[in-house]
Amino acid sequence: MLDFFKGIFTFWDSKVIIMILEGIRDTLYMTLGSTIVGYLLGLPLGIVLYVTSAKGLRPNPFIYRTGDFICNIIRSIPFLILLILLIPFTRLIVGKSYGSTATIVPLVICAAPYIARVVEASLNEVDTGVIEAAKAMGASNLQIIFKVLLVEAKTSLFTGFTITTGLLLGYSAMSGTVGGGGLGDIAVRYGYYRWKTDIMIVTVVLLIVIFQIIQNLGTYASKRIDHRKH
Amino acid sequence: MSEIEIKNLTKIFEIKGHKVTALNDINLSIEKGDIFGIIGMSGAGKSTLVRSINYLEKPTNGTVYIDDVDLSLLSERELRIKRREIGMIFQNFNLLEQKNVLDNICFPLEIAGVKKKEARKRAKELLKTVNLTDKEKAYPSQLSGGQKQRVAIARALASKPNILLCDEATSALDPQTTDSILRLLKEINETLGITIIIITHQMSVVTQVCKNVAIIDNGNLAEVGSVDEIFENPSSDAARELLSGKEITYKPVESLNTKRKIRIVFKENSAYEPVISNMILKFKTPVNILKADTKNVGGKARGEMVLALPEEEGIAEDIIEYLKANGLAVSEISEEI
Repeated sequence: MLDFFKGIFTFWDSKVIIMILEGIRDTLYMTLGSTIVGYLLGLPLGIVLYVTSAKGLRPNPFIYRTGDFICNIIRSIPFLILLILLIPFTRLIVGKSYGSTATIVPLVICAAPYIARVVEASLNEVDTGVIEAAKAMGASNLQIIFKVLLVEAKTSLFTGFTITTGLLLGYSAMSGTVGGGGLGDIAVRYGYYRWKTDIMIVTVVLLIVIFQIIQNLGTYASKRIDHRKH
Repeated sequence: MSEIEIKNLTKIFEIKGHKVTALNDINLSIEKGDIFGIIGMSGAGKSTLVRSINYLEKPTNGTVYIDDVDLSLLSERELRIKRREIGMIFQNFNLLEQKNVLDNICFPLEIAGVKKKEARKRAKELLKTVNLTDKEKAYPSQLSGGQKQRVAIARALASKPNILLCDEATSALDPQTTDSILRLLKEINETLGITIIIITHQMSVVTQVCKNVAIIDNGNLAEVGSVDEIFENPSSDAARELLSGKEITYKPVESLNTKRKIRIVFKENSAYEPVISNMILKFKTPVNILKADTKNVGGKARGEMVLALPEEEGIAEDIIEYLKANGLAVSEISEEI
């Protein structure tokens, strides 16, 4: 045990510490970046799915089925394969296929349909009676979406946001296998290729800690904004 | 024309290829300032009917006129503006759970584009009307059923409607709370002159506050008229069934269940005469009283009694004649009470 810690400390020169700190920064950058951009695409898509579904505000089987199909296709491709498949596309957008910024591209493509589904499920939870009441008051569909649905579903939407962030944290680490940067990249390069188990353990522990922080912050915040239970 | 005019309204739902007629050729006129009850068993189509009045359900056939305006001729936008003149409350209240009481009441005004300050002022006035001034910062989850319905009523009144639709508004409430909500509705009708339409399956709700009533049975309009009239002389089976008070499941013991039974209704004047005692003395035949009750019909006391007639045909007929001659409303009921 003591040898193990000694082992760690021998590696804790400033170079390694800086590398790990940069790894944390890159991981957070990728996770939050892809979650935010993912929501910019996934949230509207989720709303469109909800609105056009058979029981939605304006049912449209064609739009619903198209969106549904695209979501299912992308979600059925394993992330690691999606990562490789998208290399040409990533190059087109970012100019290179490695590094944290480049990793955000496949992360977003992977996250958007997932987010759309999570958003659709959250909106489906909103009591149809409340929507009917809003209609009876003379609310337009846009007013119902922005003033009723998104407000009433906010707790559930926020829980979905937390789960998505946690998922993307894991995926961003996975992208380390193809030079994605961040803590996952460090774990692969040092832990796997160079047999530096201690560094790998440190990165794994850091990933766990970051995950816990995200999850607990999310749970705390969604409780705070919820007015349904007291 | 009346304030609400429903002409030849038919609504057919298509469920998995099957056609279900929810409403069949309904004709109704509802006058301004009325408290109009629409009563029927569940599944009779009364909710569909009330939703046709604000066009949440678009009729398959027929027309709905509100103040002489044919709703089918309005554009979506015009319809939304028209709906602001028609408030609505529901069985499950349908309040916004993430907004507090004040913001819930402000909501229809927010939708209508009223300035926030003005909306708040109006909401506070309405809280006074529904007697909930101390709850403005509370969230719906902190309120009782009756309080939630009061908030819903205040919300429905926010846009100053001419008509208030109540869809089973008291069905989720206990009897005391139901009474207080009905009293509030009556007060709103009297002080603000709002026409109120009450959908219910409880006859007690109708007899307590409504002036007129329509009975919907299986998508058809079985009977329509003043509550007084229908309570005394129900002409349709549906009305008799609803009046016999199935909600209080009461069945006579087998041995008392004779072939012929009559339901008699006492008006105020006849209630002073000991009609039943006199009848027994006159015919020298005892009758069994299967049920006796007094009801508040539109603020007036109405006695209701169900008698088992003697087996001898002649005497039974004579008794019916005698009771009618004494000014009581008599109707025969065939099935079990």
